[in-house]
Amino acid sequence: MIYIDVERKMLTTDGPRKLEVCVEIEKRELVCLFGKSGAGKTTLLRMLCGLFVPDKGVIRIGDKTVFDSSKKINIPPQKRNVGYMFQDYALFPNMNVEENIRFAQDVKNLDEVESLLRTFQLEKLRHQKTTRLSGGQKQRVALARAFARKPEVMLLDEPLSSVDFELRQSLQNEIIKSHNLFNATTVMVSHDKDEIHRLATKVLRIGKEKITTFENPTNL
Amino acid sequence: MSPEFIQTLLLTAKLAMSTTLILFIIGLPIAALLAFTRFRLKVIFEALINMPMVLPPTVIGYYLLVAFSPQHAFGGFLERWLDLRLAFTFQGVLIASVIFSLPFMVQPLQNGFVALPKSYREAAYTLGKSKMETFFRVLVPNIKPSIVTAIAMTFAHSIGEFGIVLMVGGNMPGETRVASIAIYDEVQSLNYSTANHYSLVLFAVSFVLLVIIYSVNRHFRI
Repeated sequence: MIYIDVERKMLTTDGPRKLEVCVEIEKRELVCLFGKSGAGKTTLLRMLCGLFVPDKGVIRIGDKTVFDSSKKINIPPQKRNVGYMFQDYALFPNMNVEENIRFAQDVKNLDEVESLLRTFQLEKLRHQKTTRLSGGQKQRVALARAFARKPEVMLLDEPLSSVDFELRQSLQNEIIKSHNLFNATTVMVSHDKDEIHRLATKVLRIGKEKITTFENPTNL
Repeated sequence: MSPEFIQTLLLTAKLAMSTTLILFIIGLPIAALLAFTRFRLKVIFEALINMPMVLPPTVIGYYLLVAFSPQHAFGGFLERWLDLRLAFTFQGVLIASVIFSLPFMVQPLQNGFVALPKSYREAAYTLGKSKMETFFRVLVPNIKPSIVTAIAMTFAHSIGEFGIVLMVGGNMPGETRVASIAIYDEVQSLNYSTANHYSLVLFAVSFVLLVIIYSVNRHFRI
């Protein structure tokens, strides 16, 4: 479960505004954040994983309070156990596919690395440098790496924005598969209504007003 | 080749290697600080580090010579408390060389860090890695071309340094007489042949270093 009740000032092209969110996300939900560019979708993801600090409020992940402005609690990203897949995948070029996954493990476990390589069909690419991978392969490595830490929450920042239509469908399957397989709560940014219909169990529309309720993906 | 010729070249190599090693160790954290942090006096700090790029070497040499003099506070302190004399010694020349070559190490490293996507750092943090581990396992290995450029530029610059070495160290064989000073000295004594030998060595070393820089950068671009 994620409880989030935060606000943060943002500078947008329309001038300064405040992002206010107060929602509770149930365990194992796949929630899509939907809204215009600059609405605050990525800002919300970054506050959840600790890369941005809210101006005030509370964030709880499971039983753990990771942010509480009144109690001056702000757990750093390293200790939140929240996986984050970046828009550019952020794979490290100095490491090959396998090394990228191993890097994410707190305790070395080669069996788990093998299992992740198998799950994401990366066995043949294990020694490949990440700069030589296609967009789809990069996404699979980024997902495998993020899941290597067994995160309670997985955040995906427009994971399919830079891939073509055909590849998009197979990668959507990968996201659903890994979401189910790892029992994670997933929050994902997307602009694509079809994608949201296919993947999301709930939708949060990020706009100018305070966000307090979910929408049904079919109502978009 | 005379023993003095070899001695001068070895001293030049020793000075350049020591300068490069010291600057690499102190240059990495300075470059990271300038690339990744914002603080109020950063502009002043950045300007100070890059001063040797624009100042005549003799200006820095003059200030260092004055500072190292036992008649002044710093030099007097070193002599009284540590029994250390820096003016006209190899140690003094080394300190001067480190200060003078600082921007040649820091600038390429800083540019390398700035060019890295911010998401590398953030991804490492969300994967549970500390700032130190992120720095040494993700950031530093991904600026290899900048490291090669910084090391080669600093080494080449230290080899060719003339004004500041002459001001702080003078021209003492085996102690402060490096190749660039020897060239000047030999020409003054009309020994053009020896000056030519020194010059050829410096020319060849500088050329090889530049070839290394360009081939490494080309390799990483492909």
